[in-house]
Amino acid sequence: MPELNLTSAPAHLRHGSNIGQPLTRRDGVLKVKGQATYAADNHPPGMLFAVMAVASISRGHVTSLDVAAARRHPGVVDVMTSDHKPRLAIDPEIKTNPFVFRMEVLQSNEVRYANQPIAVVIAETLEAATEGAALLAPRYETLPALVGLDAGDSFVPPVVGVGNPTENHRGDVEAGLASAEKRIDAVYETPPQYHNAMEPHAIVAAWDGDNLSVDMPTQGLMLSLARIAELFGIAHDKIHIRSPFLGGGFGSKGLMAGPPVLGIMAAKLVGRPVKLVLRREQMYGPVGHRAPTRQRLRIGTDGDGRLTALDHHARTVSSTFDDFYEPAADASHTLYAAPAIRTSHDAVRVSTGTPLFMRAPGEATGSIALESAIDEMAWACGIDPLAFRLKNYAEVEPITGKPFSSKALRACYEQGAARFGWAKRPLQPRQMRDDAGLLVGWGMGTATFPALMFQAEARAVLRRDGSGAMEIGAHDMGQGAWTALAQIAADELGLDIDRVEFKAGSSDLPDAGIAGGSAHTATAGAAIHSAGAAVIAKLADLATSDERSPLFGAGNAGVIARDGRLIRRDDESRGESYAEILARAGVAEVEARGTGAPNPAAMEEYAMHAHGAVFAEVKVDPELGQVRVTRMVGAFAAGRIVNPRMVQSQLFGGMIWGLSFALHEEAITDRRTGRIMNANLGEYHIPVNADVPPLDVITVEEHDPHVNALGIKGVGEIGVTGSAGAVANAVWHATGVRVRRFPIRIEELLTQP
Amino acid sequence: MKQFDYVRPATVAEAVAAAAQPGAVYLAAGTNLLDLMKGGVSRPDRLVDVTHLDGLDRIERLADGGVRIGVLVSNADLAHDADFAKSYPAVAEALLSGASAQLRNAATVGGNLLQRTRCAYFYDTASRCNKREAGSGCDARDGENRTHAVLGWSENCIATHPSDFCVPLVALDAIVEIEGRNGRREIALDELHRLPGDTPERETAFEPGDLVVAVRLPAAARGFAARARYLKVRDRTSYAFAVVSAAAALRIENGKIAEARLALGGVAAKPWRARAAEDVLRNVAPTVDAFQEAARRALADAKPSGDNAFKIELARRIVVRALSLAVAGTPARIPALPASPFASTSGAIHA
Ligand SMILES: Cc1cc2nc3c(=O)[nH]c(=O)nc-3n(C[C@H](O)[C@H](O)[C@H](O)COP(=O)(O)OP(=O)(O)OC[C@H]3O[C@@H](n4cnc5c(N)ncnc54)[C@H](O)[C@@H]3O)c2cc1C
Ligand code: SF4
Repeated sequence: MPELNLTSAPAHLRHGSNIGQPLTRRDGVLKVKGQATYAADNHPPGMLFAVMAVASISRGHVTSLDVAAARRHPGVVDVMTSDHKPRLAIDPEIKTNPFVFRMEVLQSNEVRYANQPIAVVIAETLEAATEGAALLAPRYETLPALVGLDAGDSFVPPVVGVGNPTENHRGDVEAGLASAEKRIDAVYETPPQYHNAMEPHAIVAAWDGDNLSVDMPTQGLMLSLARIAELFGIAHDKIHIRSPFLGGGFGSKGLMAGPPVLGIMAAKLVGRPVKLVLRREQMYGPVGHRAPTRQRLRIGTDGDGRLTALDHHARTVSSTFDDFYEPAADASHTLYAAPAIRTSHDAVRVSTGTPLFMRAPGEATGSIALESAIDEMAWACGIDPLAFRLKNYAEVEPITGKPFSSKALRACYEQGAARFGWAKRPLQPRQMRDDAGLLVGWGMGTATFPALMFQAEARAVLRRDGSGAMEIGAHDMGQGAWTALAQIAADELGLDIDRVEFKAGSSDLPDAGIAGGSAHTATAGAAIHSAGAAVIAKLADLATSDERSPLFGAGNAGVIARDGRLIRRDDESRGESYAEILARAGVAEVEARGTGAPNPAAMEEYAMHAHGAVFAEVKVDPELGQVRVTRMVGAFAAGRIVNPRMVQSQLFGGMIWGLSFALHEEAITDRRTGRIMNANLGEYHIPVNADVPPLDVITVEEHDPHVNALGIKGVGEIGVTGSAGAVANAVWHATGVRVRRFPIRIEELLTQP
Repeated sequence: MKQFDYVRPATVAEAVAAAAQPGAVYLAAGTNLLDLMKGGVSRPDRLVDVTHLDGLDRIERLADGGVRIGVLVSNADLAHDADFAKSYPAVAEALLSGASAQLRNAATVGGNLLQRTRCAYFYDTASRCNKREAGSGCDARDGENRTHAVLGWSENCIATHPSDFCVPLVALDAIVEIEGRNGRREIALDELHRLPGDTPERETAFEPGDLVVAVRLPAAARGFAARARYLKVRDRTSYAFAVVSAAAALRIENGKIAEARLALGGVAAKPWRARAAEDVLRNVAPTVDAFQEAARRALADAKPSGDNAFKIELARRIVVRALSLAVAGTPARIPALPASPFASTSGAIHA
């Protein structure tokens, strides 16, 4: 049926006060009691356990596997190898669309990166499968590994990120630099990082003839479903994926990776349900990561400290067999009002799994370099870093010249700085000490992240018992979609939240798109918004065209939906409940669908971004070089805040991630073999509680009429940006040592006697 | 999985007999051993579980003024024993700076002494490692070795011993009581761990079946209670092994150092007692100059084994700082961030 898109001018108003409330997670009790069923908690009858054997070399070929030894092990049912596996319907090397990545699912004996799956052992118990995998004792023909940012010839990729141009410019950068009074030219390096979601990738797959049932954490139900359908040559309606809860994804569960496909293949091979769960170290390879970068920033200013040019070049890596390029330099497009800007990228290919989006892809890596460089430039000009940023505040988006749909960054700077006490910061580094003699430093960074929208659909129902339902295949990665989207649903249906049955996390529900790009609440919220408008319009039609209804004839004036009742807009004393309307009409329920989508006209006209300002205090031992962050304040403007509690927690998480970026995270890659030597959470450092200071988050009020009907901008990723640079800049301010290779290590700070 | 026997002997004698056979290893809390088994690094044929042996879980004051720590006392119980912590504050501080609360609750004294190196190539069965497989080579030597040894290493192995606990213990002349096939004997802790030389696979002075039953601190160790600290520099504030650490203990009489004890952690295959440094501190005033000279002596033989030259300079600075902290006196309470350079920060959050 033709769907009304009532998003911008609904015929009827809906009132509710759920949006804006700091509700606690509605799934919290389930999780605390261990009753929330994650993928690996499923155990269908007859299920077997699959364990992957993974490559210990990063380039070459598998020349032998002792399959017989594995098969002989008690409990082993089958061993899936490149010679013994179900056929796929299409070659997984074929990229059927840009959201399809090449994967290793035993199509050959080639090894393209360390920890690549090379066989799958299926057994009655996890222990038997694990030992079976060990007994395979693979032998290899090893080729020299390609490692690091200088591995081989560089090239300019056709696009970076998801289809962004590799190069962008506005104005004449070389002329701007030549005419500059002051210049900086600095190179920053960021390491490879891994998503490390708490929940490893996992799948329970069960075939019933041609029908496939899948329990698997995914940030993109329908993208995964489409990929499974094409790989196995089955119709979409034969596949059911359940993904009610994810233990984090951060981008690594957005697209179908190889290991879950192996789980489905294994189930097909043995004709029984199969569970496959990755071990921690197996997540360092086949499921994506953040690529390393080397970024060169050249910046010039005039005598007043106004930017004359900003040149940002990023070198990154991709795998030898597929393409994803961390769009690090793009971070310089939106923040600072340089009359000339150029951003560019190049890359080399290394023996690694293909990099992927990881929380603030491009923005995080680019931000720490850009914010460090801006800090260096401010210092070169002798100007306070905040004053410098205000002097170069972008009133329009610098790279495009478009106005912003809304931008409350100035308020973020003001409120954040006031809360932090920034005004007392000495300009010179290495000036402050605490009582114990530790060096104290203050740094700041600007946060930014695009306000994106994808496509989504929702189905709304109003029932004769006065309740409602909202169905959408949305994803809760832990961020609180079960709660925030239900809040939106309640308001859009004019019902109390407890009267709304909110369904999500399953592929038999309307497509909610992908939970990524910080766009899920906005996109799914917009679909819920229009589905709610459509179903209320239908209900209003029933009432206003029925002469027995007190709302008869109110169609032109419109009605207001509130508390389960429709009320005349022109006479609020007249109204009736949803239940009465449906009972009189003799229908059990009314239902309608609605969609959410980006608005091309608005995007053409406006630049749409969330913004923020992060301030950090660090302490550094003057002789020993150990660093500790002691305070962070972040002020963010991200449009409408649906649930302040959840938003605060997202922003906290992002800020901690930024701290981690600056001081801790790094996959240590053996330079000879390309293997990752710290593929575990003991040695791959992330901050522990004692590293995380008291955090203060301010959400600055911002109304954006253009981004989407609800004015939501998204908060999932922005917290990382700005924060990493703020910590790095604070380390400089504490010590006077500018570290340009991240994470900042003790040895870099031992330079002073 | 690999099949192995699991035995739970009732007496120390039975344990020693059961463990004396090839392929047998002792199992204490398993916080290290089980990880090694899961990774295929250790593939024992027999586990001899010692956690049920009687009488090994006590802290006893001895008539001669020393203390005897049963080998099954947990790291947490020992650190939280008020009397022990008061008498040997640097030991308690070192214990509390190690691992996490959960691990400390489980880990035993014996397991801590005998924990294996954290060298990533040792843990990775696809790498060559002389310690794991004698004569196979050492992939750390030209590999990612930022945290490896700067003292006492050989071309065959550059690994470090990771224990915090052992560092103040060795400084305080701890003695290890061993029950073996030929009965009981004791050795200085300083002699328990071996430097790699040509045989890095031989990590200790043990004979097959040797069981540590207790660790003793002599009466003299208590004499340092007023001025004893442990300092540990790490890559994050808590839950990380030492990049470099030091235990320093002083006895001061009439404004001069009557006796100094100093040991370093994270620098060698054993907790590194710095006797030459101790010697230069005898009978001198406790000044920064004296400490710097001691630091110079302590690291005189140090050389980088890879990308870790910084550890030598860091170790010198840690020595100076640890001695300075010791002179300042043991704090009345163990800081909320034990052994941390941030220990003195007010309002510190607990590790
Ligand atoms: C994530 C993590 C972080 C850690 N961080 C630190 C840290 O910061 N500082 C630190 O010092 N340690 C740290 N540790 C190591 C920890 O201290 C050890 O794992 C623990 O002390 C081992 O004790 P256990 O009782 O579990 O020993 P087990 O694992 O049972 O045994 C360890 C070894 O000792 C042998 N053994 C045990 N008891 C005896 C005995 N009585 N006689 C002879 N041999 C014996 C075993 O055979 C085995 O080889 C960390 C460990 C982990 C997992
Ligand atoms: S340093 Fe020692 S433990 Fe590490 S790989 Fe070399 S031989 Fe093995």
